[in-house]
Amino acid sequence: MAFWILQTLNGLSFSMLLFLIAAGFTLIFGLMKIINIAHGSFYLLSAYIGLTILHATGSFLLALAAGSLAAVILGIVMESFFLRRFHMKDLQQVLLTFGFVLVISDLCLWIWGGNPQTLPIPSGFEGSIWIAGMVFPIYRLLVILLGVLFAIGLWIFQEKTKIGAIVRAGVDDEEMLRGSGINIQMVFAAVFALGALLAGLGGIIGGPFVGVFPGVDIWILLLALVVVIIGGVGSLKGAFVGSLLVGLIDNFGKALFPQFSLFTIFAPMAIILAIRPSGIFGRLEK
Amino acid sequence: MEAIKTEALSRYFGGLTATNGVSLEIAEGDRRAIIGPNGAGKTTLFNLISGFLFPSSGRIHLFGIDVTTTPIHKRIGLGLSRTFQVTNLFPNLTLFDAILLGVQALNHAWLCFYRPIKSFQGMMRQTEGFLKEWDLWEKKEILIKNLSYGEQRMVEVIVALATRPRLLLLDEPTAGLSSAETALMVSIIKRLPRDITIVLIEHDMDVAFEIAEQITVLHFGAVIAEGTPEQIRGNPRVTEIYLG
Amino acid sequence: MKTEKYSRVVKSPLLFLGIPLLFLILFLPSLVSNYYVGLAIQILVMAIFATSLNLLVGYTGLPSLGHAAYFGVAGYAAGFLYLAGMKNLWLMIILGMGLGAITAAIFGLLAIRAKGPYFLIITLALAQVLWAIAFKWRSLTGGDDGLPGIGRPEIGLGINLKADPHFYYLTWVIFLLFLLAFSILINSPFGHTLRGIRESESRMKALGCNVWLYKYLAFIFAGSLAGISGVLWVCYDGFVNPSNLGINLSITGLLMLILGGGGSLYGPALGAGIIVLLENIVSGFTERWSLCLGMIYIVVIMLFPEGIFSVMRRGR
Repeated sequence: MAFWILQTLNGLSFSMLLFLIAAGFTLIFGLMKIINIAHGSFYLLSAYIGLTILHATGSFLLALAAGSLAAVILGIVMESFFLRRFHMKDLQQVLLTFGFVLVISDLCLWIWGGNPQTLPIPSGFEGSIWIAGMVFPIYRLLVILLGVLFAIGLWIFQEKTKIGAIVRAGVDDEEMLRGSGINIQMVFAAVFALGALLAGLGGIIGGPFVGVFPGVDIWILLLALVVVIIGGVGSLKGAFVGSLLVGLIDNFGKALFPQFSLFTIFAPMAIILAIRPSGIFGRLEK
Repeated sequence: MEAIKTEALSRYFGGLTATNGVSLEIAEGDRRAIIGPNGAGKTTLFNLISGFLFPSSGRIHLFGIDVTTTPIHKRIGLGLSRTFQVTNLFPNLTLFDAILLGVQALNHAWLCFYRPIKSFQGMMRQTEGFLKEWDLWEKKEILIKNLSYGEQRMVEVIVALATRPRLLLLDEPTAGLSSAETALMVSIIKRLPRDITIVLIEHDMDVAFEIAEQITVLHFGAVIAEGTPEQIRGNPRVTEIYLG
Repeated sequence: MKTEKYSRVVKSPLLFLGIPLLFLILFLPSLVSNYYVGLAIQILVMAIFATSLNLLVGYTGLPSLGHAAYFGVAGYAAGFLYLAGMKNLWLMIILGMGLGAITAAIFGLLAIRAKGPYFLIITLALAQVLWAIAFKWRSLTGGDDGLPGIGRPEIGLGINLKADPHFYYLTWVIFLLFLLAFSILINSPFGHTLRGIRESESRMKALGCNVWLYKYLAFIFAGSLAGISGVLWVCYDGFVNPSNLGINLSITGLLMLILGGGGSLYGPALGAGIIVLLENIVSGFTERWSLCLGMIYIVVIMLFPEGIFSVMRRGR
């Protein structure tokens, strides 16, 4: 019994991390149809910068701020100076963002070296607590809480705010958005920055248990793709549900069938593609 | 047997009703025009009949066969062909290659992968035949995107005819054409043989009345009037929806 | 097609350069060191890879982001065969083509219904799945370390492929045969159908073409042909690892098409040449070659968004 609960908790904390990353990716893709191959690079850059700041100041919060800021800056630079002119040109976007992947990953390798690193758990959240006779790592609980808070926050943003309504409308019908007179460039830039921010936050929050290493950017991208394909592109609800599914399946898969752990993530993706290609909450392109 | 028969055909897009309970019967050999103000659902109806859209409810029969859920290419196999409101050709192919694709369609020759297409004398000659028949042989090496708008509109119809259809759906064939080009297009359509059933969407009332023997008027996706051109001309409801 | 006219124009100066070029090709191993012979081999193998990708991108209008999947699957198959004692190159190529086709058949079923950017995401994800499996399944694939110790295969006729010059001539023969088969394919009715699909899917459907089916067949052909390059690469390199399946290779393939031009038969080969040479030159200069290449790619896309020979086209 305790085993199952613990595994569920581990899975959920991983799900929340996945949610941060996938939500960012799905917002960017859903609204702007941009396939950002460099989405994992936000995670990578943020994690390394956070690591440095943490070692310099000892403050997890500062590290979180610094890492996220770095990711946001990278995102704004990419969108405004490079991606903006390639609207609706998928291939060029892919090639361009891939160039950024190479640049960022090599820069990070150069500056921080090739050894895998993890962020230390923020002080005050180390260790475990006892609940109902079982031991739970505090940090994992914190991650779950943060994830749920972000999910709620994003939901409020999307459903209850004016900007959120604009984004939702834009995901469904870009023409309509263009015709509405709203400054579309600003909306795009803001959404891209938001996506970068979420991935950057993921880099720090995930730092203690996923860590950072050369190549993590590609793994993060892959996980984002799998979650978004399962949950449906452009849907925050889909990103949430998809993350839950992938996080839990991955965790239980690793615990129960360690040698087949990869198949346990990818089987759901293949199944979804076969029976409902637009994803659980996605909408098929018109 | 009717060429086209629809029963209570409807199509919704979210809250919008594009096609509303359309029941239509078009006999073989008919010359039918479908008219109506903008947004009346004329092109949606064509999309439903040709299979580019599936209906939300209702049924469609082509030549007596229920095609409600049949994919596009199988409906074409029954003898259907269509043109598009916005010219839909092959921008970067030459005129020859574009007509050749139509000839491939006629011969069901999509698949052969081990012989050059130029070695198929029969198809090469058929393509040449089409181009000469329409007096376009001189232009065979011109890229479609470099043809004039009027020429492209013409090619749009020629390609649709290349499959030797028995049912031809023409979506605003004279859209954007000069009066000379329009007259030419009208004479081409009128000269088409009677074994082809023609259904025409037109915005230009004169063209519609000149070509059609029966007219169907759509408004907000529903049929509000049907009859001969004289009857439609005299129908106050029709005048009202166009002026109102 | 404008670019077909272009390649006809390009052919005339090629005829003038033809004789010295032929001389260079035939006698390369006697003229330069093994290093350059190796580069030539790499260019030829990548040319096959890029050309097979072009069947999808340039001729059918299907921008696949997971082409490395077929390259890698065939490569691993060749590796497994060799390490199991079956060292016949022809067997490896046949198996590689077969597995490339089967992988493409599976991926195609899952991907082809999607349009535009969705198709890109799905093809990318599927290839990445294979990459991740190769990475993690250490007992089968050696994981990140890969499978080393793959020697040159045998081709019978008493010819030893261990010497690079011999492998070089073999690669030329295979490349030319491939190019011949490919040009027959694209000039056939099937090739013409694919071009029609690229220019306007809806018009092709309106002509009664089962567009899904022909896209699917193109996918399978492309995957099978990519398998040839996957096998050759592993036999040359002596080594196979997850990067043979990786995103880097898939996207580099696309870059080859943008640089060399996707509208002609020789464009992808030209692009392959440019990229292989570029990678080797830059990595010779600096350890930060990845950074430099990334910057170069960004600059090239910004300057030549439609490709240097402007033939990246997709219709609907």
